[in-house]
Amino acid sequence: MKFGVVVFPGSNCDQDCVQVLRDVLGQEVVPLWHQDSSLRGCECVVLPGGFSYGDYLRTGAIAKLSPVMKSVAAFAKDGGLVIGICNGFQILLEAGLLPGAMLRNTSLRFICRYVNLRVERTDTPFTNRFQAGQVVRMPIAHNEGNYIVDAAGLKRITAQGQALFRYCDADGQVTNTANPNGSLEAIAGLCNEAGNVLGMMPHPERASEPALGSADGRGVFESLLSAVAYR
Amino acid sequence: MIARVSVTLKPSILDPQGKTIHQALESLGFKGVTRVRMGKLIEIELKHGSKAAAKRDVERMCRKLLANPIVETYRIDLAS
Repeated sequence: MKFGVVVFPGSNCDQDCVQVLRDVLGQEVVPLWHQDSSLRGCECVVLPGGFSYGDYLRTGAIAKLSPVMKSVAAFAKDGGLVIGICNGFQILLEAGLLPGAMLRNTSLRFICRYVNLRVERTDTPFTNRFQAGQVVRMPIAHNEGNYIVDAAGLKRITAQGQALFRYCDADGQVTNTANPNGSLEAIAGLCNEAGNVLGMMPHPERASEPALGSADGRGVFESLLSAVAYR
Repeated sequence: MIARVSVTLKPSILDPQGKTIHQALESLGFKGVTRVRMGKLIEIELKHGSKAAAKRDVERMCRKLLANPIVETYRIDLAS
C-alpha cells in the first residue's frame, strides 16, 4: 500500500510515521511537500504531528491554506483515506474536514505521557484490527487537545458514532480523571460522517514497536492495510 | 488605515487563562474585577480609501482566517 506523509514547515513527527510505515510495516511511503499539489498516487494521506507554521495564529490555521491541503480536501471528498495525528487532527478541524475545534488543555499545560484509549468502533478503516471496547495505550504530546463542538455538532457526532477513541482508565471506564485535557465526551479520535477521515490526538506512530513501550498503535496502520486490501 | 482586530474566546467557552489572570489580579489586592477574558490583538495596515470597504474586507479576513467561528468572536476597530 502506498502512503503519503505530508511535510509542513514545523512538522516533527513525519519521519516517525515514515519509519513505522516503511520499516516496521514494509509499505511504500512518499513524502508530500506542503507546497506541492500532487498526492503522488498514494492511497492514504498522513498528516503528521508537530507545529506546522509554528502554530501561528491557531494550531493548523495556516496549514489549512497550503496547496497540499486543497488536494487533500479533494482526495477526502472522493473517499480517499486521510489520517491526521495530533497537529494533523488540528489541521483537519481547521480545514473543516472534521467538525469542531481544539482549545488549550484545561490545565494550560503541555501534556506528554501515555494514556489509555477505548476503541469505540471496529467497523472503520482505522480500527478494524481492534476489538470493540478494547483498551489500548498510546502517548499524547500536545498543548491544544481539548476538543469542542457545538450542541448540534455533538448530536450529529453521537448519532453517527464518529468518536472512534475516547480517553479512559485502565479498565476502559471513561472518567473525568482519565481525561487528560478536558476534551468533550473524552473524545481522543474522531472520524468524519463518511468514515474515511480520522483525526486523533494520541500518536499511534510512537507506539508501534514493543521497544517503545507499546505496540498498540500498529493496529491503526494495520487496519488501514486491511481496509485497502479488502476494498 | 489601521484595523485592530481583537479575537477572544466566545463568552460560552471556558477561558482558563482569563480565569487565572483574574485570580492573580485578586491576589494583588484588586477587588473590583468581575471578569477577565484573554485574547489576541492583530493590527492590520490597509491601503483602503474608505472605511466601509476596509471594514468589509477585514470582516472577511476574520471569517476566513483570523478567528475560528466555532470558538472565537472578534471585534474590529478602524482608525485612520
